[in-house]
Amino acid sequence: MNDVLFPEFIKNTSKTIGLEYPKFFKMDNLSKLAFLGAEAILKDNIDLENENDIALVFANKSSSLDTDVKYQDSISDSENYFPSPAVFVYTLPNICVGEISIRHQLKTENAFFVFDDFKPDFMSNYASYLLESGKTEKVLCGWVEYYKNEYKAFVYLVEKSGTIAHDKQNIQTLYNQ
Amino acid sequence: MEKKRWIIKMIANKTIYITDANCVTPLGFDLETNWIALVKGQSGIQFQEKYGNLSSIYASIIEDEKLNESFLKVSNENTFTKLEKMLILALHPIVNKNKVTEKSVLILSTTKGNISLLENQELLIEEAYLGTLAKKINTFFGFKTEPIVVSNACVSGVLAVSVAKRMIQFGAYDNAFVIAGDEISEFVLSGFNSFQAMSSLPCAPYDESRNGVTLGEAAAAVYISSEKPTENAVAIIGDGAINDANHISGPSRTGEGLFKSIESAFKEANITKDKLDYISAHGTATLYNDEMEAIAFSRSHIDTVAINSLKGYYGHTLGASGLLEIVIGLQSVYNEELLASKGFKNSGVSIPIAILKENRKKEIKYFLKTASGFGGCNTAILFEKIN
Repeated sequence: MNDVLFPEFIKNTSKTIGLEYPKFFKMDNLSKLAFLGAEAILKDNIDLENENDIALVFANKSSSLDTDVKYQDSISDSENYFPSPAVFVYTLPNICVGEISIRHQLKTENAFFVFDDFKPDFMSNYASYLLESGKTEKVLCGWVEYYKNEYKAFVYLVEKSGTIAHDKQNIQTLYNQ
Repeated sequence: MEKKRWIIKMIANKTIYITDANCVTPLGFDLETNWIALVKGQSGIQFQEKYGNLSSIYASIIEDEKLNESFLKVSNENTFTKLEKMLILALHPIVNKNKVTEKSVLILSTTKGNISLLENQELLIEEAYLGTLAKKINTFFGFKTEPIVVSNACVSGVLAVSVAKRMIQFGAYDNAFVIAGDEISEFVLSGFNSFQAMSSLPCAPYDESRNGVTLGEAAAAVYISSEKPTENAVAIIGDGAINDANHISGPSRTGEGLFKSIESAFKEANITKDKLDYISAHGTATLYNDEMEAIAFSRSHIDTVAINSLKGYYGHTLGASGLLEIVIGLQSVYNEELLASKGFKNSGVSIPIAILKENRKKEIKYFLKTASGFGGCNTAILFEKIN
């Protein structure tokens, strides 16, 4: 999705899914990407009346480097030194998962991993473990990569019964589309 | 569309153990040296006149000269960064003792990796990837599988151990070499400073005078497998890693995620709370974190269990902290001695918890390690000593 500039992508997507969440605009790009990816899936899968036991297992390649570079710029010149907590807080990749947790009140198992590429084996193993061990009812998995306008979000919900088998081949196929 | 129930691979009912450990810190580059210093009450935290644009701060820093000297005994390649040397030194004796096989995996816990490389304007961004860091270590030790990087703020070190245990139980790997490391950098120092979260004096977890963190750098490593241990070992009997769903930079006032993580660990371990002998807590010495922990421990009915934070000895070592503190906790278990919670004098949390004021000899069978971090994350792991 790199022929569309990120800000435009964000604008179009949030409009399409009808997003109303003021805090969204304070987020960094990685969090916005992950948030929208999760929103698109969860808006039809969340029970608004009860607690939802949906674990979050996310990963990417660049960690929070897009924001890290911005933060580094704010401290690299001693004449122009302006480190800000609002930027610094996003220099951790798991913050995007925190934002999703807060939005949907998911007091659930969370984890953020970094790989050089999307790893269906690992994601499948880890999500399956969480389901089989009873640590969670459902798992929202995501590959959310963002660095300098190069972005990719692949988010999917896994549960014990469904229409598509949760195995590495299927995941890789869906990812490649 | 018709819904089907898919048969998912069953989790093997095998016990997973930590059977080997090591650490590299300002107090020493092996376990024994660290333990001797800790029992004496020594701390790696020192006054730093200047660090980049910051001046007059406290931090726990590994001396470059000492590190390089020790590293030369392992390798004379000079292409490694400080953090890489720390990680390699920590893992080296563990790989010597436990063979890396086709079904071994390397799991790296780090928050920022080689972030100080960003100071170089001509850097290729790939050099700062956490995956690049992991790959270098992976290659150095000859792992055949791809490494896993856990980057989940300050719970990473504990979460990495959970991930190892979970994946071995699932049958994805036979054993795991878990390493954790983070270095002091202007990046993190200035960041915590911008939050006004830095203590003006060496940090004092749970104390009424506490006013923030003291940062530190360290590396730690453990070997995890289902092989029956023959000597000092602990079994990983329960874990939980649950989010507060409250705020991205402050903990839940009710300790929601930490409480749930602890309950999840105990439920899995199937032991009662009264069996717990020791808690190695997160104790960063910020007003909010320590208070939140006291509330969570009280809700879990473990507030009378002997507890300490090790951050008064090592500072807050970020991605290293969870694993480093587990490693030292294991030393407490094997030596049957709990360490004082350094920096603590008078309680500054609203609910009384049993903070250790001095070292205490104690037999420990069950030990809980907790951690919390930015993004509302929390982890809890229960260990059982194996005789």
